[in-house]
Amino acid sequence: MAGAKEIRTQIKSIKNTQKITKAMEMVAASKMRKAQDRMLATRPYAEKIRQVIGHVAMAKAEYKHPYLEEREVKRVGMIIISTDRGLCGGLNINLFKKAVLAMREWHDKGVDVDLCLVGNKALGFFKRLGGNVVGKVNHLGDQPRMNDLIGTIKVMLDAYDEGRIDRLVLVENEFVNTMTQKPRVTTLLPLVPSEEDELKHHWDYIYEPDTKPVLDTLLTRYIESVVYQGVVENVACEMAARMVAMKSASDNAGDLIKELQLVYNKARQAAITQEISEIVSGAAAV
Amino acid sequence: MAMTFHVDIVSAEESIYSGTAQMVVAPAEGGEVGILPRHSQYIAQLKPGEVRVKVSDSGEEHSIFISGGLLEVQPHVVTVLADTAVRAKDLDEAEAKEAMRRAEEALSDRKADFDYAKAQAELIEAAARLRMIEKLRRHTR
Repeated sequence: MAGAKEIRTQIKSIKNTQKITKAMEMVAASKMRKAQDRMLATRPYAEKIRQVIGHVAMAKAEYKHPYLEEREVKRVGMIIISTDRGLCGGLNINLFKKAVLAMREWHDKGVDVDLCLVGNKALGFFKRLGGNVVGKVNHLGDQPRMNDLIGTIKVMLDAYDEGRIDRLVLVENEFVNTMTQKPRVTTLLPLVPSEEDELKHHWDYIYEPDTKPVLDTLLTRYIESVVYQGVVENVACEMAARMVAMKSASDNAGDLIKELQLVYNKARQAAITQEISEIVSGAAAV
Repeated sequence: MAMTFHVDIVSAEESIYSGTAQMVVAPAEGGEVGILPRHSQYIAQLKPGEVRVKVSDSGEEHSIFISGGLLEVQPHVVTVLADTAVRAKDLDEAEAKEAMRRAEEALSDRKADFDYAKAQAELIEAAARLRMIEKLRRHTR
């Protein structure tokens, strides 16, 4: 009977785990919906700015802002957006793999990489792996604020301004749908104006106070908004990944319980049969 | 029916206002500007202040506070790209320094994690001691 009792406690403990994973799944599902809404809410700003930058870049061909100019790459800045917490499947690891691959590619070309990390997981990973970390921010929570990111981004933009880095890339997760999140590497700086903007009609803005400050602010805001968007998207990715991971954990727990229940039943039955046969044989002996 | 144009007020975090209007007044760097329909292309930096959107003749007005940003004007569309926070150069500078300091701290100071564990251990110990004292008190009563 000892075996049966052990199995029973095991079933109980798995049931407890299942309760937790179920709860986490549901929490992640509701948070994911909110994160998705936030993700959509950030789109218009970035789109608008991109349009304006396109216009300005077209209209003011004679003024070349350093952010719009390609230069020889000697050092690369990399912003990596990860989550603060774990239990979200392979989301972070896939992202780091991509980041490390990109870093190796640069290294092969003799280009060093400066890292700027968002989220606890990236910090933990690159602490172990090593890497030149120049800025980091974590504990952004489920509703990241622009305020918390400004400093981190400015570190990289300053480095770009001063020529310490010649290219700025962003490594982030792309929210494809609930089941799929894809790590992706995008180049933030230098900014290549999209070609599809209309070239037919040439007009220029009236600037106040002047072209340069306006363009400066525009470009800075644009980079900030892209990074912010990445962070918000990452929250949605995290929640989706966690939901899926927790769902499969709950399902696994269910399967385990089913199997253990069968084993338990058999053990119980065997014990009863043994007892009966003992009684019967005892009675026969009398 | 007076002429109207479309107004979008967006920040990086959300879309704040979207609709048609007869006039928009915004606090540009060089003073307040009023934008009417068919204004020529115009782009301006904004100071912290109030953006007023006049919707109709009856005087219906929306007033939105922004902490700076950019105003972009096309003949039939006006966009206000609002900042989400009060921005000042020195403030940004401080934020940047803070981010760097955090990175250095996290990398050099490996004790951080241990301190957490130590604090937790101390907390548990203190809690246990408190329980003990409580028990003793009950006994003496």
